[in-house]
Amino acid sequence: MARFSVLGWPVFRQAKSKDKLGRGPAVESPKYANMRPRTEDADKVVQSVCPYCAVGCGQRIYVKDDEVIHIEGDPDSPISRGRLCPKGAASEQLVNTPVRQKTILYRRPYGTDWEELDLETAMEMITERFLEARRNHWEDFDEHGSPVNRTMGIASLGGATIDNEENYLIKKLFSAAGAVQIENQARI
Amino acid sequence: MAEAHPVGFQWVAEAKARGAKLVHVDPRFTRTSAMADKHVHIRAGTDIALLGGLIRHVIENDMWFKEYVTHYTNAAHLVDEGYQDTEDLDGLFSGFDKDTGGYDNATWQYEKDPYEADGIAKDMTLQHPRSVFQILRRHYSRYTPEMVGNVTGIKTEDFLELAELIGKNSGRERTTVMAYALGWTQHSMGSQFIRTAAILQLLLGNMGRPGGGIMALRGHATIQGSSDIPTLFNLLPGYLPFPVAGKHDTLRDYLDDAVPKDQKGFWSNGDAYMVSLLKAWFGDDATEENDFGYQYLPRLTGAHGTYQTLMRMFDKSVDGYFVLGQNPAVGSANGRMQRLGMSNLKWMVVRDFQLIETATWWKEGPEIATGELKTEDIATEVFFMPAANHTEKAGTFTQTQRLVQWRHQAITPPGDARSELEFFYDLGVRLKEKLKDSTDPRDKPLQAMTWDYPVDEHGEPSAEAVLKEINGYYTTGPNAGKPVDNFNQYKADGSTAGGCWIYAGVYAGGINHAANRVPGKDQDEMAHQWAWAWPANRRILYNRASADLDGNPWSERKKLVWWDEEQEVWTGKDVPDFPIKRPPSTKTAHDTHGPDALAGDDPFIMQSDGKGWLFAPKGMNDGPMPTHFEPAESPVTNPLYPQQESPSRVLITSRGNQLAPAGDQPGAEVFPHVFTTYRLTEHQTAGGMSRFLPYLSELQPEMFVEVSQELAAEAGLEPYGWATIASPRGAIEAKVLVTQRMQPVVAGGKTVHQIGMPFHFGVGNQALVTGDSVNDLLGMTLDPNVYIQSAKAVACTIMPGRRPRGPALVKFVEDLREQAGITVLTGHRRLTFERDAETMEVSDPPTLTDPEPHTGE
Repeated sequence: MARFSVLGWPVFRQAKSKDKLGRGPAVESPKYANMRPRTEDADKVVQSVCPYCAVGCGQRIYVKDDEVIHIEGDPDSPISRGRLCPKGAASEQLVNTPVRQKTILYRRPYGTDWEELDLETAMEMITERFLEARRNHWEDFDEHGSPVNRTMGIASLGGATIDNEENYLIKKLFSAAGAVQIENQARI
Repeated sequence: MAEAHPVGFQWVAEAKARGAKLVHVDPRFTRTSAMADKHVHIRAGTDIALLGGLIRHVIENDMWFKEYVTHYTNAAHLVDEGYQDTEDLDGLFSGFDKDTGGYDNATWQYEKDPYEADGIAKDMTLQHPRSVFQILRRHYSRYTPEMVGNVTGIKTEDFLELAELIGKNSGRERTTVMAYALGWTQHSMGSQFIRTAAILQLLLGNMGRPGGGIMALRGHATIQGSSDIPTLFNLLPGYLPFPVAGKHDTLRDYLDDAVPKDQKGFWSNGDAYMVSLLKAWFGDDATEENDFGYQYLPRLTGAHGTYQTLMRMFDKSVDGYFVLGQNPAVGSANGRMQRLGMSNLKWMVVRDFQLIETATWWKEGPEIATGELKTEDIATEVFFMPAANHTEKAGTFTQTQRLVQWRHQAITPPGDARSELEFFYDLGVRLKEKLKDSTDPRDKPLQAMTWDYPVDEHGEPSAEAVLKEINGYYTTGPNAGKPVDNFNQYKADGSTAGGCWIYAGVYAGGINHAANRVPGKDQDEMAHQWAWAWPANRRILYNRASADLDGNPWSERKKLVWWDEEQEVWTGKDVPDFPIKRPPSTKTAHDTHGPDALAGDDPFIMQSDGKGWLFAPKGMNDGPMPTHFEPAESPVTNPLYPQQESPSRVLITSRGNQLAPAGDQPGAEVFPHVFTTYRLTEHQTAGGMSRFLPYLSELQPEMFVEVSQELAAEAGLEPYGWATIASPRGAIEAKVLVTQRMQPVVAGGKTVHQIGMPFHFGVGNQALVTGDSVNDLLGMTLDPNVYIQSAKAVACTIMPGRRPRGPALVKFVEDLREQAGITVLTGHRRLTFERDAETMEVSDPPTLTDPEPHTGE
């Protein structure tokens, strides 16, 4: 234990530093004085939008070495004025949660566990299955002879955090392939 | 709103600080209620009765906005002589088809008057018995405060206080805004709930004005965008309907039916929107000679919504299923059926950040535990493809007020994670490559599809290039390749291409306006320089209605857009939503159509008559005006009509989707309570973006059921103990939360206990927090307009203790169904009454027998 000194008395420190409310220099430790926000270490700050509800709060993404180190509210946003709710404030963990699945997994028919697949193999397998399902359930005409030009063998259900540009390509590709059972959380 | 849209709620708090009154109508007392001036406790699923009562109150007490209603709505229009109301037909409108539950709307049409320029007969005094105004008045004449109380459980004094508040807070000087979320939409009459609110807001003159309107508080970052640029079966981008076989066999058929040229308003230009879309999709292959590739599009033959598709899985008619950032094993209605449906697929692709329950049902789902499914017997192949998140890709979200906001990419996705943009671009490239030499006409659309987007060094396509295509561009002439500035530049001759006409302008001048980021503090409250709102960066739709007949603001306080007499243009604080040089005094000329036909007092420029619709002659499949029916399996007998439930609701008949008896029918006492599902601040939908995050999981770690003190006493539930909640579809367990926030209501002479449960939890081993899923209890009874499920007023029973385990769980639910005498046809009767033609007496219709062969397991 350090030797007793009257200079260390809180009241003395408060009076000396003219810290009326005792919330300023009087209670500041060297450790505190040397603390720096982790945002200072960022290589760049990117303006983004919160991915949870539809209020559309502005986010600032702090990046260091191609990793997200912090996400906070964007005070410039006229919608959110810098605020985030518990979900938006936790969204750094959406990026960095330890349980995030970063590799492709495959479960074969009747399989009891996952297997790993490389990207190229997986994409080729999906492409082949897509074409086969499309063929298996193709319909040229309905029962009254009207053209339908479609496949009923493929369906899709998307969430509502898929970008407009992504939805656009999804709709365009599936429609051109003749798949009509294309749905979204917006129905649910 | 304070719970599910907390940051948006700051503006409600701001308004309140400036003197606005806040009323919260909800079956639960929530944090929104705590901030409100008044909380009105309503029986779930009865909002049409409340809003209908408000409509009646506003009309009978002369609180409606006469000038606005007479000129800006269709109140003065006369309706066909053949029209009959629910008041005449015990809950049905004229044109009902008792086999399909649908309507022929021929008698809902306006009476024609060849002497009127727009061809519609009118009575501007609103006194004609067949005027929309008088029809509306009669339709709601029995929705008295007492009747509202009997249906909704709202005390008469509370109703009157609300009615007076809304009525007095509307008019020239003041406006009232309504905000809603899934509490209004997830019902078998969800669309009609919103229609009732629209009618009330039109009567009060609250549409197209600052501080007015109806705010859809949407639940996901770009659920608005998902409807605008739809991944929905029935739509093409920009709300163009998807072509239907038989009705739209040629482009001409399609245009004449979907966007007729001879109507008033901007939908008359639909040919330009459609042809430009076809040009964007099929490029040089889309020519005038081949109807711009219209025949490349597939066709609908009915509803192909997510629940109809699920039922097709049971018939082995769906081979492959893409699930993209969505968790139907937890988030869709009737979770057990969802999981069993997936076990009938040949293959599925799940794209997500985590191993959500939709990826793991084949080894960790509840049906493995009950023995209904065995992992070794399931043939479904599952591909789990990791997805990039919002920081790892660039692109736009459209938030709840149509604001399209660009996100810059912050980092590159880790490992195999890719954006949907890259995944689908890659899939498209591979499909095109494999089919490039095909001579099969079926492959022609994929061959013709334009698919040349620039990619970066990681293989990620340019989202900005896609946004430019969505915006639209010139295909010919001196500007070929340049983006269009607005949708008026879209042409029907193939000289423009554009993926979504309502987004035209987001890339005007070659600038990505969705990325506009002038700080809020540096601009006015409209904040036009922060991102871009469709259409045309307009922040309040139909804002011509913010000015009076002469084009002057209704009041200084509420000025937004007005006619500038000197400059002879519409001007103001927002982008005017009206032909900019059309004087307010303009009358519709004979033989005009489209935007040219809009009179100076036609603010609703997308409507075929330029007016706000109090009565909808078309567009709704279940009636021109909303009518209160009880939700499916309601414990209350409809106090308003002998018709119990909406006769037009969509029923899905299956052993896995059975309904409880309603009202006083035998067996109804087995499932006597009503539950409603809700969100928590700390979780997101089915939990894929929250139950895998440590902070959020710690904040809300387990599934619970919220019950009133009265119900806890009646059912013997211990606070913080376990309870089992069962419906005819399943049984789940949850921790008991006894609160005063839930209250029993008295309706139809009965005490109804309402139960609340969050819907974020699911069964699996991967998430940090798991729990039984309340959506396993939901049935699939759908709205006939939009095919959304009924999730907010569902029959159940509750008892203390944990649910049975293993096969005993299946037996437990079967026993309850048997006890209630439930068959697959329970609750399936379209008409719940018969009226003898001679005596005019109402009686029960004959019992449904002869169960039809059911689909499903």
